[in-house]
Amino acid sequence: MLQAVPSILGVIIISFVLTRALPGDPAVYFAGAMADKESIEQVRQALGLDRSWIEQFFIYVGNLVQGDWGQSLKTGQPVTEELLKRLPASLELTIIGLGLAVLAAVPLGILAATNPGSWVDHICRLLVTAGVSLPTFFTGLFLIYIFYYLLGWSPSPLGRLDIFYLSPSHVTGFYIIDSVIAGDLEIFLGVLAQLVLPTITLGLFALAPIARMTRGAMLGALSSDYVRTARASGLSKSMVLLTYAFRNASLPVLTTLGMVFSFLLGANVLVEKVFSWPGIGSFAIEALIASDYAAVQGFVLSMALLFVTVNLTIDVILAITDPRVGLEE
Amino acid sequence: MSENLVTVVSFSLFLFIIFLGLFGEFLAPYDPLATAASNTLRPPSWAHPFGTDNLGRDVLSRVIVATRLDLSIALSAVALSFVIGSALGSVAGFWGGWWDRIIGRFSDTIMAFPLFVLAMGIVAALGNTVENIIYATAIINLPFYIRVSRAETSIRRQAGYVAAARLCGISEIRILATQVFPNTLPPMMVQISLNMGWAILNAAGLSFIGLGVRAPDAEWGIMVAEGATYIVSGEWWLALFPGAALMIAVFCFNLLGDGLRDLVDPQRRT
Amino acid sequence: MKRRNFLKSMGVATGASLLPFLKYIPVEAAGRKDTLVVVAANGINSLDLHRKGTNRPSYQVTVNIYDRLVRFGVKKLEDGSLAYDSTKIEPEVAESWTISEDGKTLTFKINSKAKFWDGTPVTAKDIKWSFDRAVSLGGFPAVQMKAGSMTKPEQFIAVDDKTFRIKLPKPSKLTLPDLAVPIPFIINSTVAKSKATAKDPWATEYLHKNPAGSGAFKIVRWDPGQQFVYERNEDWVLGPKPGVKRVIVREVPSASTRRALIERGDADLYMDIPAKDSQEIVSKTGGKVKVSGAPIDNCLHVLALNLKYKPFDNIKVRQAIAYAIPYGDILKAAAYGRGKPMFGGKDMKPTSVEWPQPFPYDTNLEKAKVLLAEAGMSDGFETTLSYNLGLAAWQEPTALLIQESLKKIGIKVKLDKIPGASWRTAALVKKRLPMHLENFGGWLNYPDYYFFWAYKYGHLFNSSNYKNPEIEKLVNDTLHMEVTDKQYEENVKRMIGIAFADVPRIPIYQPYLDSAMRAPVNGYASWFHRQLDVRSITKAGV
Repeated sequence: MLQAVPSILGVIIISFVLTRALPGDPAVYFAGAMADKESIEQVRQALGLDRSWIEQFFIYVGNLVQGDWGQSLKTGQPVTEELLKRLPASLELTIIGLGLAVLAAVPLGILAATNPGSWVDHICRLLVTAGVSLPTFFTGLFLIYIFYYLLGWSPSPLGRLDIFYLSPSHVTGFYIIDSVIAGDLEIFLGVLAQLVLPTITLGLFALAPIARMTRGAMLGALSSDYVRTARASGLSKSMVLLTYAFRNASLPVLTTLGMVFSFLLGANVLVEKVFSWPGIGSFAIEALIASDYAAVQGFVLSMALLFVTVNLTIDVILAITDPRVGLEE
Repeated sequence: MSENLVTVVSFSLFLFIIFLGLFGEFLAPYDPLATAASNTLRPPSWAHPFGTDNLGRDVLSRVIVATRLDLSIALSAVALSFVIGSALGSVAGFWGGWWDRIIGRFSDTIMAFPLFVLAMGIVAALGNTVENIIYATAIINLPFYIRVSRAETSIRRQAGYVAAARLCGISEIRILATQVFPNTLPPMMVQISLNMGWAILNAAGLSFIGLGVRAPDAEWGIMVAEGATYIVSGEWWLALFPGAALMIAVFCFNLLGDGLRDLVDPQRRT
Repeated sequence: MKRRNFLKSMGVATGASLLPFLKYIPVEAAGRKDTLVVVAANGINSLDLHRKGTNRPSYQVTVNIYDRLVRFGVKKLEDGSLAYDSTKIEPEVAESWTISEDGKTLTFKINSKAKFWDGTPVTAKDIKWSFDRAVSLGGFPAVQMKAGSMTKPEQFIAVDDKTFRIKLPKPSKLTLPDLAVPIPFIINSTVAKSKATAKDPWATEYLHKNPAGSGAFKIVRWDPGQQFVYERNEDWVLGPKPGVKRVIVREVPSASTRRALIERGDADLYMDIPAKDSQEIVSKTGGKVKVSGAPIDNCLHVLALNLKYKPFDNIKVRQAIAYAIPYGDILKAAAYGRGKPMFGGKDMKPTSVEWPQPFPYDTNLEKAKVLLAEAGMSDGFETTLSYNLGLAAWQEPTALLIQESLKKIGIKVKLDKIPGASWRTAALVKKRLPMHLENFGGWLNYPDYYFFWAYKYGHLFNSSNYKNPEIEKLVNDTLHMEVTDKQYEENVKRMIGIAFADVPRIPIYQPYLDSAMRAPVNGYASWFHRQLDVRSITKAGV
């Protein structure tokens, strides 16, 4: 935990400097169209942008400590509010995307590991490598074109819910869970329908690392003594594969999942843009383009915190499931 | 058997891409920048196998000529992160202690960033030129090189041949440079090859957001981004061909990296 | 900006949905008939136009949920499209008005039927508070009020509940039309004042999220970054009753998705559709989608040359470039024909005060070369042409075509695209772009108003750093002059003549504002503010 503190500090400093280096002038943007020099200066003072960077930095950190992440210029809302509202959208997308990837990649990995060097192995490898070679924005665009525009199977790519549904009342922010709580099947199905294309797009990208790790870990487990013993004692093939080998192979796969999850959260910036997904990624793109300091800094900081939390959680899970891994590491 | 086949195919594809990168401008049937207001948005035909874009430019020529730009962005970015990353990583791994801590923290800090957004931020702050795209891509790849190089160096710093060299009175820096570093190269090569594909995707993604290469230069990502607006109106060829080129190039580098990894690290595949 | 602590901001998170909470939108046919689904590229960021930082798309909220003293009329164009009529001012909250003999006092009588949403009548006190607010908060509202010679709260007088008076330092033709633009909207001052604090006397924090008006629509839901929903105010009687009960405005950043939505019937109306799509969509959908549009008044797409940078200080170089622009190709490839040509004029001396009107240039590379040689630049030179990434749809092809054409007369052009947010700083505030594409449009439809913003030295849209004492004097003399004044025509013609000869801004074409809508949608009108006025829209049964 303490290890993460310097990284977070580093992230705060770098994101602060980076945003100040953006070419846009928030005072000009904030003052609006037709504003003259005088009103731009007024805005600059009101935003505290006339102070030195050092001063601004300490004010920023002071506010952060008090829980004030500033206000987004573009949407006019407090950054914390924006992020809290958008984070569930991104998490929902990422978690389901990752889930789909696991569902496809783990069987592929096992299949490849049970027949190493065969044509099955090579097809699996080609498939997952193709998945990771697809630019997500390109896959997303063509999926929309084919399944929404040409075939009309998929609902309009308009974010989390079709226009005529309004979001279920807010409990967790995850629409899938909220619609179940609200007991509304129609909205639940609507939410699922919206999720299909973006999660597939994202999932394709996550296939490769998971499948590769599953294959490697399974190969290791299959050649181990206890699996040989289990086989020799006449246990059925599937029993050996799933209970003995896979259980032992699941640890490294879990570690990989943590890394892939953090990576996907960052990578879904482009997917969110293509699918008008109201997550934190699309928020970050717009904030960057608009030189929206507080929003960019808030986004980066929240992602860093999330990254640290995910890694920590994985460590804890590993420690619980595998006594050989100590927590003090 | 078929494993070799895959490697052979990907290697010949690799050669083909390099060939296009080197001689693209001579192979392109048209000037990739020449507009023709009377011949815009034409679907693929014999004269223009990939069709023409909204200004009447030949898409095939632009896809071919773009190879060099995309490759050179990826190559320079990867080279840059290799040089800096392996220097930092081997210092951290060889001497350990404070070096290791500082460099480790530095690399952790970069890793804690959402990497693509960090790249976006760098390009947005420094301005969208080819150089800045290269810097941004290099910076976000740095931690991976630092990690590999640090790990490979630290397992070798106590190796027998290093101890022998020390006994001979060879200075530490020379040991690192002549004994340890060359031995870390094979795993680094794997990293480079796998990274190439990712660097190409990254540059294309930046262009897609609008933070990439400047017009009128042809680049795959920007061509997909521009073509994307034409998909719905039925002009699919504008996005499909550069997108496919992008995909094939990345695919080829990834397969090659995979193959290389098997060569360097055979136990992983058994 | 008001700082909040974390807990308080959490309170606001739930507060955003304090707006009467609407959970479902009826999906059944009857509901759809009453509901208009609009797709837009950009979302709103405030419900209060006076607030600093309020973006352009938010203007439409003010148009639809607040009333003003007066409004512009609507006229039918030759092709049957509707557009606002800059020459016709109609009553809204004011049922009538008088202008004093000396033109310096405007007195408005307030319609007793004008009621805020809470049922209280609109009084002169509310108007005074709202106008005081518009001139006091600074920024764009103050600048726009100033264009109508309104700068100080002392100018606004609530004579009694139903009489409101504006005093002007000098008579001006711009004052009355300036009252019909979105800025001087009328707020329920009783509600607003009850939410004002010592630090925030104008209740900007409250009105930012909680409108308090009298307009034809109310906002019932706003999910920033996604959508907002209007609902009709059934008690509104200051105009014909709006035809739709509910309007959902959904933010869809991708132009091709917007097009797909309207083509497939998932959206009813698509504001500001790119020219290419507007040209194709009607025939592609077999008439199920129609397009309505008009050239934007007082708006020009121009190539601006910055006189602060050599060699653009040389008039011959500027003229040479004006002769080297591939106007026809641009109109075809960038505007897809949806632009009024602004080239090929006959005479260097304008014959009418019509604005905009074609400039006396055409694509003529020979002439361009001669002029360049006369300027001593026959070998050409190098420069950078900048354009706005946010407007890449027309600016990128235009820039590419200009680049290619200028190469033929020896001018080597490097292209530089600038992200939207930095654009204003670079082009308009610092005015540091040597050669760039620009598209100012004046809200008030007078040529002298355009010249005021775009040709007067130091003014925001004079991104060319153009300075001409005669223009300065002409604009000052003409700006507030009635159009019936004898001097007016002469002055305006002279201004246009100078713009013809000096070409610090080379007009390329006058753009159209097109909107696509499903066939049952009627009553759409084009507005100078380029926003959707939903009050006039009707939707027939599907």
